[in-house]
Amino acid sequence: MGRLIPIRQMQVEQEGVVRKITAKAEMGRRLREMGIIPGVRITVQGRAPLKDPVAIKVMDSVLTLRNNEADYVLVEVD
Amino acid sequence: MPPKKIRVALAGNPNSGKSTLFNALTGAKQHIANYPGVTVEKKMGIALYNGYEIEITDLPGTYSLSAYSVEELVARSFVVEEKPDVVVDVVDASNLERNLYLFVQLQELGCRLIIALNMMDMAKARGIQIDTKLLSRHLGVRVVPMTARTGEGVDRLLEAIVQEIEAPYEKAPVRISYGSDIDGAIGHIMALMETSQSIPKTYEQRWLALKYLEGDSQVKEIFARDPLLDKKASLILKGLFKHTLDTLGEEPEAIIADHRYGFICSLIKECTKRHIERRLNLSDRIDKILTNRLLGPVFMLMILYVIYLFIFWVSSEPINWLEAGFAFLRSKIDLLLPDGALKSLIQTGVIDGVGGILGYIPLIFFMFGAIAILEDSGYMARVAYMMDRVMRFFGLHGASVISLIVSGGISGGCAVPGVLATRTLRDPKERLVTALVAPFMNCGGKLPVYAILISAFFPEGRARLMFILTLFSWGLALFSARLLRSTVLKGPKSPFLMELPPYRLPTLRGLLIHSWERTWLFIKRAGTLILAFSIILWAGLYFPRLDEKRLAEFEHKLEMERLKVVSFLPKNVGRGLSLEELEKAYQQALKAGGTSEQTYDSLRLAISKAISKEAGVDVGQAIEAFIAYKKASQDILRGKNEASLRHTFFGRIGLLLEGITGYLGFDYKLNVALLSGAFAKELVVSTLGTAYSIESSQVGGSLEERLKADPRWGPGLALIVLIFVLIYIPCIPTLLTIGNEFSYKWTMVSVIFNLSVAFSIAFILRFLLGFLSISPWG
Repeated sequence: MGRLIPIRQMQVEQEGVVRKITAKAEMGRRLREMGIIPGVRITVQGRAPLKDPVAIKVMDSVLTLRNNEADYVLVEVD
Repeated sequence: MPPKKIRVALAGNPNSGKSTLFNALTGAKQHIANYPGVTVEKKMGIALYNGYEIEITDLPGTYSLSAYSVEELVARSFVVEEKPDVVVDVVDASNLERNLYLFVQLQELGCRLIIALNMMDMAKARGIQIDTKLLSRHLGVRVVPMTARTGEGVDRLLEAIVQEIEAPYEKAPVRISYGSDIDGAIGHIMALMETSQSIPKTYEQRWLALKYLEGDSQVKEIFARDPLLDKKASLILKGLFKHTLDTLGEEPEAIIADHRYGFICSLIKECTKRHIERRLNLSDRIDKILTNRLLGPVFMLMILYVIYLFIFWVSSEPINWLEAGFAFLRSKIDLLLPDGALKSLIQTGVIDGVGGILGYIPLIFFMFGAIAILEDSGYMARVAYMMDRVMRFFGLHGASVISLIVSGGISGGCAVPGVLATRTLRDPKERLVTALVAPFMNCGGKLPVYAILISAFFPEGRARLMFILTLFSWGLALFSARLLRSTVLKGPKSPFLMELPPYRLPTLRGLLIHSWERTWLFIKRAGTLILAFSIILWAGLYFPRLDEKRLAEFEHKLEMERLKVVSFLPKNVGRGLSLEELEKAYQQALKAGGTSEQTYDSLRLAISKAISKEAGVDVGQAIEAFIAYKKASQDILRGKNEASLRHTFFGRIGLLLEGITGYLGFDYKLNVALLSGAFAKELVVSTLGTAYSIESSQVGGSLEERLKADPRWGPGLALIVLIFVLIYIPCIPTLLTIGNEFSYKWTMVSVIFNLSVAFSIAFILRFLLGFLSISPWG
């Protein structure tokens, strides 16, 4: 198993597989309903002008989330 | 035979093309309302097919059916309570995996389903091949592949709806396993539910049990009606919680979600093939430029600016037509009715008042069109994404920026659509704060006020001052937002998590329907109330009239002046030169142009030219006498108008308000103008015109010159008034919109908040000007 890091620490265009979602209740549910689930492959697509929020590619869509929300998602990077 | 009715609900993810499909199915036969008690739009329409009347309700776009957001609650209670005959789930074929997550939940809810597999063209372009027959067999529902944008497959969907209704209903047998722990718990809970009387049998029982385990707040309330059941069920839930946390490290809710995806994932493996590896598609490549960290904001400003220029350019002609139309009506009334209250009511109250607002309809229509383009193309989400970090600092959300821009962020918007645009915000507090600060932006109504004051008192710094006012309004809006968010509307920041939908070319049909339906809603909402308010405004400035005695006094004074000049004329000028002739020459000179004090000279010249054909007559003295008479009678008329204004309801209120606004240096005339500005900001100028009794047929100068001539006014006061008008009160249409969207309590808050901010800032400004020993009045 590779290194586990939160999305915040990923570089633009870096890829990885989501391994753990530490958010509970509403945040956890919303991440999941948008397709961020353990086992899914994501790519960091870009960051907003002030480095926050971050845009990631999940399944076939592009999602944006703030860095503090991205901290809930731990990714095993390639 | 009357057509048989089928009731269909349209469900689906946001950006799945649901609205496009709805428009394609129902055409222009749509009806919009709000779901009871919430500001979620409920769209309904009718499609006729094969002797059936299919009534379609467009549910709000959602990713899930939890109890967390209003949209999701609305969508699921519609399905549960209204029990539509069929629910059509619009699924984006190019993003099947995530879209099926909602489908699975709809199936859990136990409704009769059809899948509209939309955006097949996009899926094909991305190299995704879907075996729809196999998908249909696995899911146990009809699957209709289609592309709603082009209309491809829409008839097949209607056919499938009719077939579904005509066929006997067998509930789809698909049951997802959520793992033995949760499946077991569901079984236990269902057994408990059977023993209870308070569980409504109209709900799908398994769904209730599942939602209970997910910790759904609404379902928990249902369980709480039976304390014994609640107690037993909560024991099971607690046990399950502990067990899953110990063994899997997750809450039951998370495990349920993962199993849903697990089911979908295996389904997709079986039913789809991908010819092209996932790579950067066109949309992603556009984003590399448009949301680039450095170029993105530059493009954003350019795009928004161009859209603004376009809106004003394209709507200026229709606005002129409407204005010409109202002017024509006004002139017709002028000929038809005798002078008096009725004429004044129709001309000033009805035509000017309602016309003033209706005149903005082209602007509003194109503004909504532009918002629709930004929304439908997917760019709006990018603006929110780029601006979020800045907005968040002020306690707002990235999407708040749209609302502020529409309200006049680039000068010349309108706060009514701005307040309506807050609907895209999910968090109620962020939404409310955005709506409360939106009226600080420089809307189109404030511009005429700025224009006249700036050109009168700051003619050199025109562009600079406009720019400063724009910056000031942004700063004020953002800092007030921060203030509100850290005091009365304190609350956690809502999550930003959202989708950047792929860029799409909006369809013309969608744009037209979108803009027109919102414009129509505005006309209906504003139109009726505006009429009532413009009549109130008219009456306030018209009644009570001066009594006969006072009027007679003014008439008497006028007559005295006239007699004076008439008696002077024949003695000094000799035969033939009458007051009528002088009057005629004067009117001609006026028409030739020039209405200010200096033009009296050219007037003298013109009159003497017109009259000197009377050979050998010395007209100089006569002209001086005539001009003196004109000036004196104008003073009397002005005195009369002022006395009438002071006598009216608004005039009296204005005088009373001097007690407060006097601290800012405002007199009753300005008070009356500001008061009527509450109805619509542009009225500040026209009422000020009335208060200074500007009549175009008289020498004495435009409002601008009158203000300059008034010793009270100077750059200092002008600056205070500029800032005050920018802040002081949202116009009545905006207040009504805030009342409609939130509550009238917030309308009151908005009035009080803005007035107190305006007073404080204007007062500080006056103090500062005094401190810098710049006399505001000179």
